[in-house]
Amino acid sequence: MSDKTFEPHIVGFLCNWCTYTAADTAGVSRMEQPPNVDIIRLMCTGRIEPAFILKAFAEGADGVIVSGCHPPGDCHYNSGNFKTFRRMPLLERLLEQYGIEKGRFHWGWISGAEAPKWAQLTRDFTEQVRGLGPLDWKRQLESKED
Amino acid sequence: MSMVTLTIDGQTIQAEEGQTILEVCRRNSISIPTLCYHPVLEPFGACRLCTVEIAQGGRNGLQTACTYPVSDGLVVNTSSPAVIEARRMILGLLLSRCPNVPVIQDLALEYGIKEPPFPTDKPEEDCILCGLCVRACHELVKAGAINFADRGVDRVIGPPFLEKTRDCIGCGACTIVCPTGAIQIVLEKEAIYKEKPLGPTSAIYVPSLQAVPRVPVIDTDTCIRFRQQDRTSGEIEDACGACQIVCEAGAIDFTQKDEIIELDVGTVVVATGFEMWDATKLSQYSYGKSPNIITGLEFERLSNAAGITGGQIVLADGRKPERVAIIHCIGSRDHNAHEYCSRICCMYSLKQAHLVKDKTGAEVYEFYMDMRAFGKGYEEFYERVQEEGVTMIRGRGAEVDVLENGKLRVKGEDANLGRLVTADVDMVVLSTAIQAPQDAGKIASLFGLGRTPDGFFAEAHPKLRPVETNTDGVFLAGTAQGPKDVPDTVAHAGAAASMALALLSKGEVTISPATAIVDEKLCSGCKTCIALCPYTAISFLDDKNVAYVNEVLCKGCGTCVAACPAQAITARHFTEEQIIAQIEGLFRVPDFLKAEGVPA
Repeated sequence: MSDKTFEPHIVGFLCNWCTYTAADTAGVSRMEQPPNVDIIRLMCTGRIEPAFILKAFAEGADGVIVSGCHPPGDCHYNSGNFKTFRRMPLLERLLEQYGIEKGRFHWGWISGAEAPKWAQLTRDFTEQVRGLGPLDWKRQLESKED
Repeated sequence: MSMVTLTIDGQTIQAEEGQTILEVCRRNSISIPTLCYHPVLEPFGACRLCTVEIAQGGRNGLQTACTYPVSDGLVVNTSSPAVIEARRMILGLLLSRCPNVPVIQDLALEYGIKEPPFPTDKPEEDCILCGLCVRACHELVKAGAINFADRGVDRVIGPPFLEKTRDCIGCGACTIVCPTGAIQIVLEKEAIYKEKPLGPTSAIYVPSLQAVPRVPVIDTDTCIRFRQQDRTSGEIEDACGACQIVCEAGAIDFTQKDEIIELDVGTVVVATGFEMWDATKLSQYSYGKSPNIITGLEFERLSNAAGITGGQIVLADGRKPERVAIIHCIGSRDHNAHEYCSRICCMYSLKQAHLVKDKTGAEVYEFYMDMRAFGKGYEEFYERVQEEGVTMIRGRGAEVDVLENGKLRVKGEDANLGRLVTADVDMVVLSTAIQAPQDAGKIASLFGLGRTPDGFFAEAHPKLRPVETNTDGVFLAGTAQGPKDVPDTVAHAGAAASMALALLSKGEVTISPATAIVDEKLCSGCKTCIALCPYTAISFLDDKNVAYVNEVLCKGCGTCVAACPAQAITARHFTEEQIIAQIEGLFRVPDFLKAEGVPA
C-alpha cells in the first residue's frame, strides 16, 4: 500500500459539551472534513481512562485525538479538563515507550464555538498521520505474544 | 424625676429638677441669646450672653441661664432693664475684641451697638475664648488635643505649645461647634488627593435617597467614636455619641454588630453584580492627578440631587465647567485591560453629555470608538444628543494631560477626519469598564460555578439556558453573569427568580440518569475519587469503609470513574464495557457484512 493511498483510521474522544458540539456544528455547517476520524462521545474528557486510548491503538487506530473544553473556566463540570490536563502528558510519555510516535496522539481544547478549528484539526491531523504511515500496533502486539 | 414650678417672664412653668434655666427656656420657646452653649456639652458660662435676672427667697441677682439650675419658686426675668444693660455691656466687650465677626456684629446690632465701644490692636481676632471647642475635644472626642494656654490678655486656644500635634485626629468637631468660625482645618497637600472628593460627607448618613430601609448608617471609618476606639484599642470607648444624645427616638445603638444569619434554602440566585474597573491602571488618563478627572460613577454622584453639590455639575473649585470631555471605553475593548465591551458606557455617557448640556450649557466632546446604542429607544436618544450640539469624535481618547493652569488636555484620534485632535477642557469624565468583583472566585467555589474567561460567572448555555448554572438550584441574575444595562438586568433577574420559583413549586428535582455508582464490594476505600469530584457528590461511609455517590449532586462527568484504581465506580450510560465496545466496533466488521465480502 503506497502512502498516497493510505487512509489512516483515527479515533476521537470528545467531550459532550465543547468539542463534540464543535464537531456537530462543523458537520451541520458542511465544513470540509476528512472521513478518517471516528468520534466517541463522552460526557467529559475527565472520563477518559488512558486505557481507552491504548485500546484504540491496540484495535488498529493510526491516530487518536482527545479534545475537550478550554481551561480554565470552559469545562461544563468546572474542572474535568484540568484532570485531562494532568493525565495526558503522562500518557504521552507512556506511548513513546510503547513505540508509538508523538505525532499519532493529539490532545487539546476546542470550544463549542470553534467548529472551524475542529474541521482544521481533522484535516491537519489526518495529513500528519498519513505522513507517519500505518501503525499496525495490533500486529506488533500479536507477533510479540507469539 | 421630681418636678418644680417656677416663673419665667411672668409665666408659671413646670420643669424637671436639675435642668438649667436655659434648657427650660428653650423647651418653652423663650429665646435667650448664647454663643458658648451646646446641648450635648457641659455648660461653661463663658460668653455670659445668656445672663438673666433671678429672684429667690428675697435675693435678686444676675446669673448665666446656662449654668443656673431651676428650683421651686424661682422667679426668672429674661428681659428686664438690668438684663438688657448687662448684655449690652457684654456684647460691647465682645465686639471690641472681635469687631469683624458677623455673628457678633448681628447680635450687637440687636442690642443697638453699631460700633465697637473700645479700640483693639488685633481687629482680625475671631476667637471669643468661649471654650466650646475645648469641651468638644475633651468631652466628646476625648482626644484632648486643644486647650487654653497662657493667661489674661494673652490667653489663647490651641494644641500643646501651639504646634502640630498627633493627638488631633482631624475629626473637625471643633470647627463645627465654634460659634464664630475661628477654627479651620488645613489639609496638607498630599492629604487632599487621598480624600475622596465625592464620598460621603458625614460619618452618619442615609446611604442614598432610595435606600431601603431609609435609615442613616454610621461610617465606622470616619465616626469619631469608632475611630477613637480603634486608635486606642478600645481604651476610649465612649467618645462623642453626640448623635445618641440628640436623637429623641433613642434609635442609635453603637453596640449593634454585623450578624451572620443561617438559612436553609431550596434555591439560590447569585446576583453579586459588578465593580468598577480601577482607572489608575491606565496611567495615560491621569486619573487621580486632578480632581476634575472623574469616573462615570463619580459624575453620577455629582449630578445626583441628593449628592454633595445638590445636583450641580461643578469643578473641584466650585466653578461651572465650560468644556467637558467624555472618553468612552476606558478599560473596555482594550487588550491591555478588558477585551469585552462593558455595554452600558455608551448610553450612560450620552446621558451624561445630555445632563452637562442641560445643567451647565458647556461644550461637550465625546471620544468614542463605536456608538453601541443597541436598546429600545437608544438610537433615538443618540440622535437627540447629537442634535443638542454634543461634539462626537470617533476614535479612542488616547491621553489626558494636566496643564499648569489646571486645564486638562485630551489627545485622541478622529478616525473620520483621519488625524490627531486635541481638546483643552475643564473636566474629563472617564467611562470606566465594569468588571467581575475581585472576590468572584470565592463565590464561584462556594457554589461550584464556572467562570468565563472574562471573569463573570458562566451560564449553563449561552443561548438556551442564560440564567441557569451547572449547579442545579443556583441561578444567575444581572451583571454577575456579564455586563448588562438596567432593562436587561431586570429581565435577566426576573427570569432567574421565576426559574428559582418553578423549581421550588415543583417540590422535586429531576436528575439525569447518567450518574456514577460505587460497587461497594470492589471499593478499597482509597478516597482518590473524593478529592476529584467537582460537586462534592462523593462522601465516605466510615462504617462501611467505602465511597458513596450522592446521585442528586452527581452530574455524571465520569472523572471519578476514570481515576478509580479498583474500577469500583461505574458511569451509568458510559460504562467501561460500552466505551470499549464502541472502540472495538470501530475496527470490526459485523459478521453479516463479512458475508457480503466487506474487507475488515
